[in-house]
Amino acid sequence: MLCDVCSKNPATVHLTEIIDDQINELHLCEECARQKSAAMEQQFGLSSLLAGMAEVEKPAAKEKESAGIKCPNCQLTYADFKRIGRLGCGECYTAFKRFLAPLLKRIHGSNQHFGKSPSKAAKATVRRKLDLGELRDKLQRAIETEAFEEAARIRDQIKELDKKAEQENSKDKEKNEPQ
Amino acid sequence: MNLSDLLNHTSEWLKSTGPHSDIVISSRIRLARNLDKFPFPHWGNTQQGEKALAAIGEAISKVDYLKKTTFFKLADLDSVDKQFLVERHLMSLEHAQKTDHKALVIDDDEILSIMINEEDHIRIQVMQSGFNLFEAWNIINRIDDGLSKELPFAFSFDWGYLTACPTNTGTGMRGSVMLHLPALVMSRQIDRVLAAIAKLSFATRGLYGEGTQAAGNFFQISNQVALGHREEDVLENINGIIRQIIEQENQAREAILSKNKEVLEDRINRSLGILKSAHIISSQETIELLSMVRLGNDLGMLRELDRGQINELFIITQPAHLQKIENKKLTAAERDVKRAQIIREKLKLQ
Repeated sequence: MLCDVCSKNPATVHLTEIIDDQINELHLCEECARQKSAAMEQQFGLSSLLAGMAEVEKPAAKEKESAGIKCPNCQLTYADFKRIGRLGCGECYTAFKRFLAPLLKRIHGSNQHFGKSPSKAAKATVRRKLDLGELRDKLQRAIETEAFEEAARIRDQIKELDKKAEQENSKDKEKNEPQ
Repeated sequence: MNLSDLLNHTSEWLKSTGPHSDIVISSRIRLARNLDKFPFPHWGNTQQGEKALAAIGEAISKVDYLKKTTFFKLADLDSVDKQFLVERHLMSLEHAQKTDHKALVIDDDEILSIMINEEDHIRIQVMQSGFNLFEAWNIINRIDDGLSKELPFAFSFDWGYLTACPTNTGTGMRGSVMLHLPALVMSRQIDRVLAAIAKLSFATRGLYGEGTQAAGNFFQISNQVALGHREEDVLENINGIIRQIIEQENQAREAILSKNKEVLEDRINRSLGILKSAHIISSQETIELLSMVRLGNDLGMLRELDRGQINELFIITQPAHLQKIENKKLTAAERDVKRAQIIREKLKLQ
């Protein structure tokens, strides 16, 4: 089968286009398919769709105001988000909250999460691990600078955290023992 | 495990052991998770990407459910290996491109895969044979719980799990079911069914997910919405729709059998005939003919064949698989010859 567009090369890509209820089948060679898909990207990338949805929510007067807002954690601006259709980090959701709330509602029909969450215990454990890591770094620095009193204090804090973790672990194990 | 080991091994989800595996090939769930405060993969610099990769790799090594997994850095894999993993549904096409700081973690049975630094920091995927979304959910939920004890996830009380793309925000979950619907296609009812699905805000995709077209009568149906519903409710909704489609496909099969049995038998047996005797065959033709053979097997016509093995033929006849089997690069023409040879051998053995 030859390509429907150039009628020169063999068709290797088979594309089904659905416009309203009309179904069109196109058989293309690789070259024409590439051109076609580039054209489609331009018309219809997800990022531009999202950007379009973000646009609807916001009267033109607010345009400048929103575009300049920047996430303090990752430096992504709302204008960046509109351009690439992706947020920069979890903190962006807080930074752009005012603009994202209606967008999320538009996408999902809701803006309240009802699904699972990282369990409280899990959050506490993770928090402790981060604290432990930080304390160990501090301890290392204290030892390097020969601040031994400081080092002793940090060492006690680490011991305390370790003890807590152990207690919780054994609690967890008891819970998981078969009845 | 190394990648070539997978060649001598049928993925668990292809074995056709699950419920309704005549019509439903597989059920799959993926969860998107991100590290708190870390820039998402597309926005971070090299150092941040490497740091996220290291943190996630370490967390995975500590989770009990993930002990028997293998870790691959994408940058270490050649293009055939990457395509091979995509063909086995272990990772997305997107993950195979721009491989910096990316990794893939899979288990020996190929039930589980974790993409690191794809669109989100973590994309967990669990596949099950047949119509079995809830079993996939049980497994993935435990893995997610395990990981959440090791890693701080970006999460908001109001908006749930925070993802790079706002379409995944909330549960970060997509459940999808891969269906084989030859009778609905043959009786030209498929467009009506797909239109109804779209109205209910579920998506239909082809064999390889996002951006691929339906081939060989295979359709993947998945939820679009991630915010505002519990995971179990979303899965229950998908199940409801899939049950309807299974019923419709069964009715269409019966209608064809009662009205056009000879025509159907002719098509099915001709398909098998070509597969058994061709010396050159394209992957498109292979998929179409195998689809007919699979239907014949479902309807009790080709009892000598095993459905799990038919499923496997769909996978091992794809370009990267053929090249892994031959252990060298093959041109498209060489692949068509090799493909025909493998199909002849496999069907002779059955």
